[in-house]
Amino acid sequence: MADIVLDKVSKVFPDGTTAVRAVDLHIVDGEFVILVGPSGCGKSTTLNMIAGLEDISSGELRIGGERMNERAPRDRDIAMVFQSYALYPNMTVRDNIAFPLKLAKFNKETINSKVLEAARSLELTDLLDRRPAGLSGGQRQRVAMGRAIVRSPKAFLMDEPLSNLDAKLRVHMRTQVARLQNRLGTTTVYVTHDQTEAMTLGDRVVVMRGGNVQQVGEPQVLYDHPANLFVAGFIGSPSMNFITADIEDARLRTALGDIPLDVRLIARLRHLDAPRRLIVGLRPEHFEDAALAAGEGIVFEAQVDVVESMGSDKYVYFTLEEPRVSSAVLDEIAVDSGADSLGGPTATLVTRFSAESTVREGEIRRVWCDPSKIHLFAPATGRNLTLPWD
Amino acid sequence: MRTAWRWGFVNVLVVAYALVPVLWIASLSFKTPATINDGNFIPRAWTLDNYRGIFQTDQFIRALVNSLGIAAISTAIAVLLGLLAAYAIARLSFPGKNLLVAISLMIAMFPQVSLISPLFQIERALGLFDTWWGLILPYITFSLPLAIQTLSAFFQQVPWELEKAAVMDGATQGQAFRKVIAPLAAPGVVTGAILVFIFCWNDFLFAISLTSTERSRTVPVALSFFTGESQFEDPTGSISAAAVVITVPVILFVLLFQRRIVSGLTSGAVKG
Repeated sequence: MADIVLDKVSKVFPDGTTAVRAVDLHIVDGEFVILVGPSGCGKSTTLNMIAGLEDISSGELRIGGERMNERAPRDRDIAMVFQSYALYPNMTVRDNIAFPLKLAKFNKETINSKVLEAARSLELTDLLDRRPAGLSGGQRQRVAMGRAIVRSPKAFLMDEPLSNLDAKLRVHMRTQVARLQNRLGTTTVYVTHDQTEAMTLGDRVVVMRGGNVQQVGEPQVLYDHPANLFVAGFIGSPSMNFITADIEDARLRTALGDIPLDVRLIARLRHLDAPRRLIVGLRPEHFEDAALAAGEGIVFEAQVDVVESMGSDKYVYFTLEEPRVSSAVLDEIAVDSGADSLGGPTATLVTRFSAESTVREGEIRRVWCDPSKIHLFAPATGRNLTLPWD
Repeated sequence: MRTAWRWGFVNVLVVAYALVPVLWIASLSFKTPATINDGNFIPRAWTLDNYRGIFQTDQFIRALVNSLGIAAISTAIAVLLGLLAAYAIARLSFPGKNLLVAISLMIAMFPQVSLISPLFQIERALGLFDTWWGLILPYITFSLPLAIQTLSAFFQQVPWELEKAAVMDGATQGQAFRKVIAPLAAPGVVTGAILVFIFCWNDFLFAISLTSTERSRTVPVALSFFTGESQFEDPTGSISAAAVVITVPVILFVLLFQRRIVSGLTSGAVKG
């Protein structure tokens, strides 16, 4: 077990494109860190550099205090789980799990007992003599995990290990991975493009975009205090609502009505020399059916588009009579999440109402909103102006 | 239903077109000298004399040994070199890779006839003329592109992640190749080997031009030197028998490895 330090690690491909730009990261011993971001953000390249499958163009990688840049993968003592599981099809499950031990030249008895132990902990004992072709997706995934844990490496690297499983199994395996990591206490770096996985699994989450680290922090911190527009839009499902707003006389003029700003926020905006036109971010749970809301807040009316009842609560989609916020960052997130069109020309507002709400599709509804939870972003830089910034 | 019949008819036609000449040769090889020109497809008088005849002469056996030896050595070297080259082409990016592939393709396309005279001169000067190596070297040259193409196609099918996984599991590049990649590419190796072997086995052009005695004459050439018992006797029967004899190993080879060639060994390696 060891800590992993990335010190200004960069990756420049031979054709000149920079895949990863000066990543600084200190992963402490036993920590579970998630690298998350849309495809092409450099998360997998970063993982491959830690693994030694890609050369580091500049910067230093240290595992357990030792410089690793020049070491071959086999001399780094780390195990990796691949998205495709990468099981050896010509070997049985037993031989697959034993493969790293055989290469490390353990004796037969040790190999046997270690393989059995790993198989037991992953409930693979009955499958040991089968070949990968005869296993289900979930079983293959477990064999891949077994091959990683069997030699007790310093660290685990996981490259989207659950993304080939169907939705239900993925949730189940997510819990298993978390349990396994808790039990073994091995430093783990986990790459995913799924922000739900990132939020639920990680001790800390590293959000990446275009080769740059956007923000590093505990899941709740990223959720509550996103550093910029990208993190705000990427973390959370359904994602944060964004609408344009103009500052006028200590108030924000928005399509939802005027939102009063508190004195300290005004002072900060003035201090940061913020532009007049800003992007306001509000999470769905900061709205409520006005009929059920208690407490201070602003109330506005809007046309209900769609109601999705989740049982515990209701997601209500409103159409707003103003254009959608246009921002390259938000478009990128939308495209990555699989939206083939970026939605209509007008803005949509996603809100979460209590289950008791009697809201119906098509009606004009009064909506309550908690203005103390708003985030303000500078449209040009994407920076979150509401955060204490040093 | 009607289309099925139509397809069936076309299939039968194609199979007949391909097989009739082979069966004809087989039929000729079982005919007695008296009935050889009677035009019957099924021999009226069966005989094994033709086979007995060719195996009694030193000429044919010697040629058979030459053919087997030369083809086997050429195949082994071409497949080994092809294996390494194909792996590099499929996996690595190195300067001049596309040029290499282009040149290897070009060699395969090159009209071999045009090379016969220079090769003849070169081999005579080097003392390679009428030796095993005098045939093995050109065979390797012309079958290597074939081997590289076949093998690199197979390597490309082996998921790259397997190799990465092996390296992460503590294998050296060499171990990853030997223990993980090579076993998976085995069907490709067998396919490549069969193709190269058949190429060498069937060659007539090089063999007739670069040999002059029984020392290195291969079967296809030896056949052309067959004579009857007397000058006026037609050796058709012996030639047919010899032709059948040299066709058999190839057919056996393919039948034996057919399943291995076809079976998808990589199933279950990755998702799916």
